[in-house]
Amino acid sequence: MPIIEVRHLYKTFEQKGSTVEALKDISLQIEAGDIYGIIGMSGAGKSTLVRCLNYLERPTSGEVLIEGNNLGTLTEKQLRAQRSDIAMIFQHFNLLMQKNVIDNICFPMVIQGVREGDAKAQAYELLKTVGLEEKAKSYPAQLSGGQKQRVAIARALASNPKILLCDEATSALDPQTTASILALLKEINQQFGITIVIITHQMSVIREICSHVAIVEQGELVEQGLVEDIFNHPKSKAARELILKDRPEGSWESTSQTADWNGSERQVERVAGDKKLRIVFSENSAFEPVIANMVLKFGTPVNILRADTKNVGGFAKGEMILGLPTDENLQYEMEQYLLEKGLEIEEVTEDVD
Amino acid sequence: MWTNEVIEMILRGIGETVYMTVVSTLLGYVLGLPAGILLAVTDKDGIRPNAACYKVLDVIANIIRSIPFLILLILLIPFTRALIGKSYGSTATIVPLVIAAAPFIARMVESSLKEVDAGVIEAARSMGASDFTIITKVMLVEARTSLITGSTIAIGTILGYSAMAGSVGGGGLGDIAIRYGYYRYETDIMIVTVVLLIILVQIFQTIGMHVASKLDRRR
Repeated sequence: MPIIEVRHLYKTFEQKGSTVEALKDISLQIEAGDIYGIIGMSGAGKSTLVRCLNYLERPTSGEVLIEGNNLGTLTEKQLRAQRSDIAMIFQHFNLLMQKNVIDNICFPMVIQGVREGDAKAQAYELLKTVGLEEKAKSYPAQLSGGQKQRVAIARALASNPKILLCDEATSALDPQTTASILALLKEINQQFGITIVIITHQMSVIREICSHVAIVEQGELVEQGLVEDIFNHPKSKAARELILKDRPEGSWESTSQTADWNGSERQVERVAGDKKLRIVFSENSAFEPVIANMVLKFGTPVNILRADTKNVGGFAKGEMILGLPTDENLQYEMEQYLLEKGLEIEEVTEDVD
Repeated sequence: MWTNEVIEMILRGIGETVYMTVVSTLLGYVLGLPAGILLAVTDKDGIRPNAACYKVLDVIANIIRSIPFLILLILLIPFTRALIGKSYGSTATIVPLVIAAAPFIARMVESSLKEVDAGVIEAARSMGASDFTIITKVMLVEARTSLITGSTIAIGTILGYSAMAGSVGGGGLGDIAIRYGYYRYETDIMIVTVVLLIILVQIFQTIGMHVASKLDRRR
């Protein structure tokens, strides 16, 4: 039985007379122990979706089942009890600003009626887990963003949850801090066996730690599956866009700024009309110089528009975008050649900047 | 001129003014704090929106706040007499002071509570907190600096009202200022009482601000 099951979920908001369909017929299953990513552009409805998972937002129709328990059938009191199994962390941390770190971590236990002494002891334990023992008496205002998120994670763990929902938990953090928070989440997933649901607009977050991903666009679930499969063969336009946008912070922007060599304009012009292919190398295919061999074989140069390596679920993947010559026969033959060599290819129609 | 009698009278006036102000503020909060919480909670962006409840409190608060205090004082004389047994003196003045202060305090509390970050309330809700827990352990705690600043302003306003009550025999420093300073042209006594009122406001203000900033953990 999946730990989270969503069936035909709809959510509409009434706003000044007009209705907004935030979620349309979303169905998904999340297995216990998964790190499940939900990705989409801002405004796609992913935050609404995650709030439906603990009924902070009541769906307009459809069902949410947590371990087979239909949240829609629970009384207000039962729902509150159920929520202690589903912890949540947020983009802006949402810590109590007037309480120190330890009291913040104790808060979910206070709600559950745990004795103060026991709560404190447990809170110190959790603070150790997130590596902030020395900050026990500090107030949130004295902490950095990354430290605040660590406290929020410790607080989330305090209710001994089975599920951790992360709503853009790393979006307010710099790349380095993001990496350390993601590492912590992965550790928590493995150490405590907590199922994690991650809402993000950054493909890098999905690649880094998720096992599964669902792509949400304009309130609809357009694609879902294993992260590796979707990274290799994105079927939807939204998935392709998100993958193409996924790049180390600043890397492409800076190259395009420095690339003021005199051929650049001509290059862009030519490239725009070309057929573009996205190629994914798994580890083994990187040994053979496939592209160089192809160029030698056909005697026609190809344009390398982008090349990169990315970490997908712990494995290095090479990614390259080629601009092929305009001759259609040649294009076909080159594609066949690449397929023969066992590479994953797909055509890219979006502009590559 | 500065006989023992006069000095004694002024000291008694200080005592009466402090008594009226403090008791009225406390009783004002007994009515105003729950009303303010209800306003914040039942508002359309509150944790439990209830348009009817909000509207009723909203209208009552607006009506009382629109009546000039001096008029309210006179309108309430029968009510005060029924409640206290007489309509003059500092204890009797507490009745209209509380009635005037409660809606004012309710509004202050409402606006303080509305400043609390919605994200923090959402976090508490996600942990399974009940509305009561959210009010007592999140909203009132997170808003405490603003609530204390608000109570400082409330004390200052109530002290001013209490002085106004002096014109209809309310007792306290305001009473002395009007009877001696205004009706009997003893300007020096009037100046002394006014200076004393200023000092009192200053003391309440300083204490309130000090406590508020001492308790604020956001820095």
